[in-house]
Amino acid sequence: MAENHSPLAQFEIKTLVPLKIGNLDASFTNSSLFMVATVVVVSAFLILGMRRNALVPGRWQSIAELSYVFIANLVKDTVGSEGRNYFPFIFTVFMFVLFGNLLGMIPYSFTFTSHIVVTFTMAAVIFVGVTLIALAKHKMHFFSFFMPPGVPLLMAPLLIPIEVISYLSRPISLSVRLFANMLAGHTLLKVFAGFIVSLGVFGVAPWLFVVALTGLEIVIAFLQAFVFTILTCLYLNDALHLH
Amino acid sequence: MTEERPNSDLDGLQNRIDGARERGGFSHAQKNRQEQPPNNALSLAFRVGIELVSAVAVGLGIGWLLDKWLDTKPWLMLVFIILGGCAGILNVYRMARGYGYAAGYQKDENPTDETDRR
Repeated sequence: MAENHSPLAQFEIKTLVPLKIGNLDASFTNSSLFMVATVVVVSAFLILGMRRNALVPGRWQSIAELSYVFIANLVKDTVGSEGRNYFPFIFTVFMFVLFGNLLGMIPYSFTFTSHIVVTFTMAAVIFVGVTLIALAKHKMHFFSFFMPPGVPLLMAPLLIPIEVISYLSRPISLSVRLFANMLAGHTLLKVFAGFIVSLGVFGVAPWLFVVALTGLEIVIAFLQAFVFTILTCLYLNDALHLH
Repeated sequence: MTEERPNSDLDGLQNRIDGARERGGFSHAQKNRQEQPPNNALSLAFRVGIELVSAVAVGLGIGWLLDKWLDTKPWLMLVFIILGGCAGILNVYRMARGYGYAAGYQKDENPTDETDRR
C-alpha cells in the first residue's frame, strides 16, 4: 500500500500488453495507451469539431479553428512563407504535446510528456529533420553556420567546437525543458496532496495550495506545449534562413 | 438568423479572403523579433539552467565518445567539458541578449542573404 503513495509512483511504466520484436521490448504500456488516447482525442476534437463546417462556427468548431489559426500565425511570424510547408508537422507536434499534457492533468491518468524518452525522441526527430532540411537547402553552405562572419581565422579551432556543442545541445534543452516541467509539476502536486491527509484538519492549507497549483499546472501544460512549438519553429527558421 | 441579414458579412469576408490571397496568406518572417515565449522570472531561470547544463552534457558526451574512439582517456573529455561550459555560457548570453535560443545566432543589422530569404 505504502509504495503506491510515493510521489514518483505516478510515473511508473506499467506493461499492459507484453510484446517482443526480436530482442526489443516493444510492449504496449500505459505510456503507449495515453499516446494513443491523445491521438484519438485530438483527432476526435478536430474531426468532430469541424464536422458541421458551419460558416458561423459553434463552440467546438471555434476552438478547433482557434488552435489552427494560433499555430498558423505562429508559423507565419517565426518562419515566414516557406514555413507553410511544415505547418502540418508543427500543428501535429503542438496538438500532441498539448493534449498529452492536458490528459495528464486528469486524476489517475499518466503523463507521457513527463518521460525524457518521449520528449527526447520528439526533440531528436525535430533536430535531425531540421538539420536535414538545412543541408538539403544550403548544401555545404550550412557549415558556415558554425563560423560566424567577421571572426578571425585564428579563433576558428576554439570557436567551431563551441558552436557545434551549442548546436548539438538544442535537442537536449528542448526535451529537458518539457520533461522537467511536467515531472516537477506532477511531483509537487502529489507531494502536497499527500500533506492534506497527514495534516488532518490543517490539511485545508495544502488543499488550497493544491487547488492553486492545479491551475498553475494547466497553464504550464499550455505554456510548455507552446514553448516546444515555438522552439521548433525557431529551429526551422534557422534551417531555412541561415544567419 | 442568416435569412434576415443579407450577405453583407459575406461580401466583407470575400474581400478579406481576396486580400489574403493577394498577400500570399503568409507574410515575411522577421528575424529576432521581440515576441518570444512569455518571460516570467521562474521560467527564465529554468531556461538558463537547462541551457547551461545541456551544453555541458553534450560536451561531456562528445569528449567521452572521442576518448573511447581515440583511446586518449581522460584528456579529450576534460577539454570538451570546458568547451561545453563555454557553449553553455554562450547559449545563455545569446538568450539574454534576445538573439534567440541556441547556436549560430547573430544579430543581422544588414542581412546579406536577403535573396535567400525571400
